[in-house]
Amino acid sequence: MTEEIMVKDKEIVVPGETIATGISFLPGKGAYRDNDKIVAQRLGIVSIDGKVIKLIPLAGKYIPKLKDRVVGMVIDVLMTGWRLEFNSPYSAVMTLKDATSEFIPRGVDLTQYYALGDYVVCQIVNVTSQKLIDVSMKGPGLRKLRGGRIIEVNSQKVPRIIGKDGSMVSMVKQATNCDVIVGQNGWIWIDGEPENEVVAVKAIKKIEEDAHLSGLTDKMAVWLEKETGVKVNPAAAPQAEEQLTEEHPHHFGGSQ
Amino acid sequence: MYAEQKTHLLKALAKNVRYDGRKALEYRPITVEYGVSGSAEGSARVKVGGTEVLAGVKMEIGKPYPDTPDQGNMMVNAELIPLSNPAFESGPPGQQATELARVVDRAIRESKAIDVKKLVILPGEKVWGVNIDIVTINDEGNLLDVSCLAAMAALKNTRLPKLNEDNAIDYDAEPTKEKLPLSREPVEITIIKVGDKFFVDPLSDEEKLIEGRLTVAITEKGTICAMQKGGTAPFSAEEIDKMVEIAQTLAPTLRKAL
Amino acid sequence: MTYAKRFDGRGMDELRPMSAKVGIIPRADGSAMFKIGKTVALCAVYGPRDLHPKFMQNPETGILRVNYNMMPFSGHGERVRPGGGRRSKEISMVIENALLPVLDLKEYPNSVVDVFIELPQTDAGTRCAGITAAAMALADAGLEMKDLVCAVAAGRCEDKIIVDLNYLEDSHEDGADVPVAVLPNSGKVTLLQMDGEVTREQIKEIIAKAKEACKKIYEVQKAALKEKFAR
Repeated sequence: MTEEIMVKDKEIVVPGETIATGISFLPGKGAYRDNDKIVAQRLGIVSIDGKVIKLIPLAGKYIPKLKDRVVGMVIDVLMTGWRLEFNSPYSAVMTLKDATSEFIPRGVDLTQYYALGDYVVCQIVNVTSQKLIDVSMKGPGLRKLRGGRIIEVNSQKVPRIIGKDGSMVSMVKQATNCDVIVGQNGWIWIDGEPENEVVAVKAIKKIEEDAHLSGLTDKMAVWLEKETGVKVNPAAAPQAEEQLTEEHPHHFGGSQ
Repeated sequence: MYAEQKTHLLKALAKNVRYDGRKALEYRPITVEYGVSGSAEGSARVKVGGTEVLAGVKMEIGKPYPDTPDQGNMMVNAELIPLSNPAFESGPPGQQATELARVVDRAIRESKAIDVKKLVILPGEKVWGVNIDIVTINDEGNLLDVSCLAAMAALKNTRLPKLNEDNAIDYDAEPTKEKLPLSREPVEITIIKVGDKFFVDPLSDEEKLIEGRLTVAITEKGTICAMQKGGTAPFSAEEIDKMVEIAQTLAPTLRKAL
Repeated sequence: MTYAKRFDGRGMDELRPMSAKVGIIPRADGSAMFKIGKTVALCAVYGPRDLHPKFMQNPETGILRVNYNMMPFSGHGERVRPGGGRRSKEISMVIENALLPVLDLKEYPNSVVDVFIELPQTDAGTRCAGITAAAMALADAGLEMKDLVCAVAAGRCEDKIIVDLNYLEDSHEDGADVPVAVLPNSGKVTLLQMDGEVTREQIKEIIAKAKEACKKIYEVQKAALKEKFAR
């Protein structure tokens, strides 16, 4: 029986394509074994690590993972909490106790706290086998997002957009003077002066598109300086916000 | 509801900077492609930014309406198909699709864009019927204006099919070189109101925040041939006049694309 | 009678010119266009997503829901009245059955993957073009699939076995129209219908020829998918 790798590492394969033949290979995520063949199970990039063959997905909705920090939007107000959508096959529920450490009196109008269309940054705290998802607002950096707007990127590209220790998104924030929060689910919240927001959106879309290129951090530093006139330092310390170490007390007393 | 999102949009509009960098009264790039469906007698694909709409014209022979024996017939149908927007559902046209079809219909019918008097084969008995079908392909906002443009482009692309001896359409033959007689060129511009700000050609994110809108159909002479108010926000007479002016100013830009 | 030359001059085993493009509907989770001769199929995939009405939900797996439709101006002759009808319903169902074998939706209980197929222009072979486009769109949506699915309408016209029937051949009185969908890597058949009259030997030959033809369609699908993400 021949042991052979049919495609190159980092090549794009379609579902059903044979990546390798031979029983010594192991199918990782995104690949499966069909007799002596390792076959692609989705559209993706081949990643060969020794004898393990897996696929880096090129497309697909965000699959909720425990502890992930995501940006969501309120789509329904329930009796005992709120329902949120966040670019995933399923919606999530935020119960009263997970929404705030404040005491919520019985019978009060819940839209005072979160109303339809409100954006929040929250954390996934539970995913059941039936894909019921719970999120919580209790944690560092988790809060209701006032104003701002959302753009959507491929959730696979999120690590690249954040950058090592938050360095990439940090540069975008510095150059555009915008608040930027990147959710693991591919939703990114941006808030700043209108013309700066437009540049921030362009920058993020550019990072998403060029994610595979090497030296992207330096390229983006140059691009950002050209667009905004602000010289950014690619090696600058990341913003504490992005690292979720800041406490953001949120008060609901008073109107929006 | 959506209070935070509206506040943010108004902040941007106050500086005349939209979410994609456009000005409030600016349309996205418009492209028109003719003859995209070989099975239609006339067809067109119109893209405004990312919004894409197809329109096709099928001609038929029928009886004229009793009160207009010396005129051909026309009908506009629109399908907002689920292919184009995750929120659209399968099934017969709902409110949005019906309104769109009727508003586009009025612009074309009331301007007498189609020379229906030239569509008579046997007076009182046989006339041409023009069926315009609008199908949305990708909805990134402003389906109405784009649909009207697509319908007009499809009409411009239409050739009359060949008739056999019984005055029935011969579908196996090549269409004639005779173009559908058109004499006017209406376009529709929808002006959106959010808070106290006006803008045109909304993106999907902007469209969901609409409080009021006014669609105005403008002919090539600058006259108004159809109007439709939507949304619940009331307009003052001054605001209406201002919106008509906006429509008249922008009409040539759309018409140029045809 | 002998069918010496095809109406459009093609060889008996020759497919009409094909083209495909992936990602044509940005709003969708996955999308593709497939064109063969004058038949054009557009496909958008939305999902996995919430399924309504609730009674249709399956707690053990996500479901696949296909909606096939011809645009009013896409027919050969008269305008096609919108609303689908029985033909569209049946075609939607056989397309669903052709695509489901490659999908595993157990990771998505209570959800739906919606596949919308629309045709702006037709010249026979519509359900096959729809399946070919749908397979690309499902892959573009990032769904897990054991294989792609390819489909072609093969059949008989008088005394010849032919591949990729056009409208004239499909409507010819002495013949048979056999739409076939194939999984390219296993060769298994997931759609098989027949319209007309054939012998047992003929159907064997027709299926074999359809499988051969599908190999060429598979190359077009692969190229279109890879092109979208080419770096």
